[in-house]
Amino acid sequence: MATDIIIHDKKDNVGVVVIEKITPKQDCKCWIMEDDSSTNIQSMDEIPLGHKIAMTDLKEGDTILKYGHDIGKVVKSIQKGEHVHVHNVKTKKW
Amino acid sequence: MDIPKSFLGYKRENGRAGTRNHVIILPVDDISNACAEAVANNIKGTIALPHSYGRLQFGADLELHFRTMIGTGSNPNVAAVIVIGIEPKWTKKIVDGIAKTGKPVEGFHIERTGDIGTVMKASKRAQELVMWASEKQREECPISDLWISVKCGESDTTSGLASNPTVGNLMDKLEPLGVHLCFGETSELTGAEKVCATRGATKEASEKFMKTWSAYNDFILKEATDDLSESQPTAGNIAGGLTTIEEKAFGNFQKIGNCKFIDVLEPAEEPKKGKGLYFMDTSSAAAECVTLQAAAGFNIHLFPTGQGNIVGNPIEPVVKLTANPLTAKSMSEHVDCDVSKILSREMNLSEAGDKLIETTLRVANGRLTCAEALGHKEFVMTKLYRSA
Repeated sequence: MATDIIIHDKKDNVGVVVIEKITPKQDCKCWIMEDDSSTNIQSMDEIPLGHKIAMTDLKEGDTILKYGHDIGKVVKSIQKGEHVHVHNVKTKKW
Repeated sequence: MDIPKSFLGYKRENGRAGTRNHVIILPVDDISNACAEAVANNIKGTIALPHSYGRLQFGADLELHFRTMIGTGSNPNVAAVIVIGIEPKWTKKIVDGIAKTGKPVEGFHIERTGDIGTVMKASKRAQELVMWASEKQREECPISDLWISVKCGESDTTSGLASNPTVGNLMDKLEPLGVHLCFGETSELTGAEKVCATRGATKEASEKFMKTWSAYNDFILKEATDDLSESQPTAGNIAGGLTTIEEKAFGNFQKIGNCKFIDVLEPAEEPKKGKGLYFMDTSSAAAECVTLQAAAGFNIHLFPTGQGNIVGNPIEPVVKLTANPLTAKSMSEHVDCDVSKILSREMNLSEAGDKLIETTLRVANGRLTCAEALGHKEFVMTKLYRSA
């Protein structure tokens, strides 16, 4: 039942890596906590523990959803399976 | 899991129940610490609660000082209290406040007597009180007598992912049983404040929350010497994978599950609207927050941690949980409840919530927390501004 990625809410468009790291082209097992269901994704980047992966293609201006909530905006387009972090997402707060 | 409907607690004169049976020696002010500590050293089984303040405070800051002192003495985890201050007036004010609970309390002031005479008089009374309290027995109390406060610390990605949602799961399961619940950390909700406001049970509660949050946020912005966007999230948060302040705040916010808060409390204010979840305006510093929640009457605390915060409190047992497998292993003496198996999907959220309920009830029934066994007694008063 081990998982590579945890997704909080069904609505989320990012998941969090929960193994030491995932490598490019890795087929990753994902667990959606909200309804205890499973899904899969192929990674594009190396992504370390605790960091986020895009579960879908995202374009500039899109909203990142985690915990089912708006946690910031995309500032550089992101492909499904890519690393999501400060280089392509910014707060909407300031 | 069938949640037990009761726990073994100490029934108090005012109808509340305690999970502990402390006799405390409470100094009114900084200069009375020595006396209070001498009494606690003389009389075994008592604890002194030294702190740094209580002189020349004024206005709202002084009111908070009294509220924290009186609230701490009134907490049902406390069987009896000795109050020691330099002057008679403020000492009496605190004694009178605590006496409203019906529990034994006696005050001593040091002026015109000196430390040695005061220690002698207070020690004699403390001995009587601790021997009286030692005969108190635990009795069956309904689970609704639990007043549970929560606050997280040294958070990392595992906090938002797993340990905070575990606390949220416990809240969702215990709220219908009539417990009191409390969360705080005003400043760390920044980024999720608008969504938090929608979790008010009434329009009034939501508006009160936004007003409280705005006031705290304005204060932080006024005092800030640099751009907050550089410090929230912190460099450590970013290295751990947190991208924005919103993400950090929503991780924190997982602690309340799907519950709605019925009222917004001032720091150390006792809830008056009955069972349910309350928000308290507190700092996000661990010891300050727990001290305020204990002073409001909460009798057991849940503390999810990522990297391993070790805080304890002298009167309110602090139950630690972590979902970080490294913390659970390398700091095991601080971890009461290990939910790290969530990350490997060997445990789901509901199972983790059940495990935390089980741990919470064992501690309520008397099992020492890690922090108690290790002697953590952080009693930290919140000070709103400089003294006169």
